[in-house]
Amino acid sequence: MYFSLLGISGLCTIIIISVYFFTKPIIEDNLQQQLERAIFSILPGTVFKNAYIKINENTLEKVAKIKKPQTPIYAAYDLNHQLLGFAITAQGMGYQDNIQLLYAYDAKKQKITGMTVLQSRETPGLGSKIIDDKGFLDNFTQLDVQLNADNKQLKQIIEVVKPGKKTEAWQIDGISGATVSSKAVGQIIQKSISYWAPIIQINIKQISNEQ
Amino acid sequence: MSSDNHVIPIIEETDSHSEEFLKGLWKSNPVFVQVLGMCPVLAVSNSVINALAMGLATLFVLLMSNVLVSSLRFVIPRQIRIACYIAIIATFVTSVDYIIQAISLELHQALGAFISLIVVNCLILGRAEAFASKQTVSKSFMDGLGMGLGFTLALVCLGTVRELLGNGSLFGTSVLPEQFEPWVIMLLPSGGFFTLGVMLIFINMLQKKKTEPS
Repeated sequence: MYFSLLGISGLCTIIIISVYFFTKPIIEDNLQQQLERAIFSILPGTVFKNAYIKINENTLEKVAKIKKPQTPIYAAYDLNHQLLGFAITAQGMGYQDNIQLLYAYDAKKQKITGMTVLQSRETPGLGSKIIDDKGFLDNFTQLDVQLNADNKQLKQIIEVVKPGKKTEAWQIDGISGATVSSKAVGQIIQKSISYWAPIIQINIKQISNEQ
Repeated sequence: MSSDNHVIPIIEETDSHSEEFLKGLWKSNPVFVQVLGMCPVLAVSNSVINALAMGLATLFVLLMSNVLVSSLRFVIPRQIRIACYIAIIATFVTSVDYIIQAISLELHQALGAFISLIVVNCLILGRAEAFASKQTVSKSFMDGLGMGLGFTLALVCLGTVRELLGNGSLFGTSVLPEQFEPWVIMLLPSGGFFTLGVMLIFINMLQKKKTEPS
């Protein structure tokens, strides 16, 4: 009895391992392509990008290869080697599950210039509007995320307001029927940009020249 | 092998191979007649593409597990047969999970946790226990193929209705005129229950008509 159980487990292991090794390079390739498409969609004109990771409070370092636990940000450049902006991944709790998104940060104007959702399981038809509702996504083309004079904190906290009530540049028009999901997106970006913006501002000169 | 290894009797049925295949499509369709594996049926049938992918993934797992269970039916001891079936099914589900990720990440995200949940789909374990463990490999193959296709067919039926009414589209492209206001409820789980219920009424009416003497 035990031998047959062992034999079956062995057989199963061999099948899984061979499928895993066969599909691994293809899956990694897919992930890379997905990220590249996402970066291009929020920063059109991107020709190449560099990945940076945070070393300590004040230093960003360029890395060629990303190891798993590190979350890098990407500096995107156009054809003339001009810095277009930063693509930053962020995640946090939505209505049902983690929402993972990518947004573009323009370090010169201190604005968020684009946002796309990478992964989410919000309610279809309601919360899922955060992915493709044009009115909602338009909020992120000119979202103000200015830092204080000391470059430590945001001047204004990003606010998600009721649909159509946006009056200030740091506010986001929510989606009716997707209140929780749209607020979650606002909070995720708020948290992420407060973390990254100060350190980007410190290193911006170096990064623009580095390419 | 050890002494507690029973030989499972082979039940000879008069059904031919083609009948084993055809019964899954209509006469004992896993969704419409046996009402098995409802969790993925209701959850991922909100668009045709999702339904098709889920159906094909289940078809693959069902086919492979049926063949393997059937060919190992003299090796698997009776006392631990369920554990063995689960191990075999889980193997193919894991494989299918990787394969779908390799084909399309978007599809994998849309199907979400329901790929892994194929492991506990009672349709697959049911076929392994009730059919493949007693029948020849070739018959099990035909049974898996028929049941899998029947499952896929039912899912696609549901997916078509739900995507058409809930989103006004088919395969992701809009087919209904602009003026059509999508019924969002059809995309939510309640829409799945509703559509399935209506289809079951329809199919039961058809079956009843057939059996009643005119």
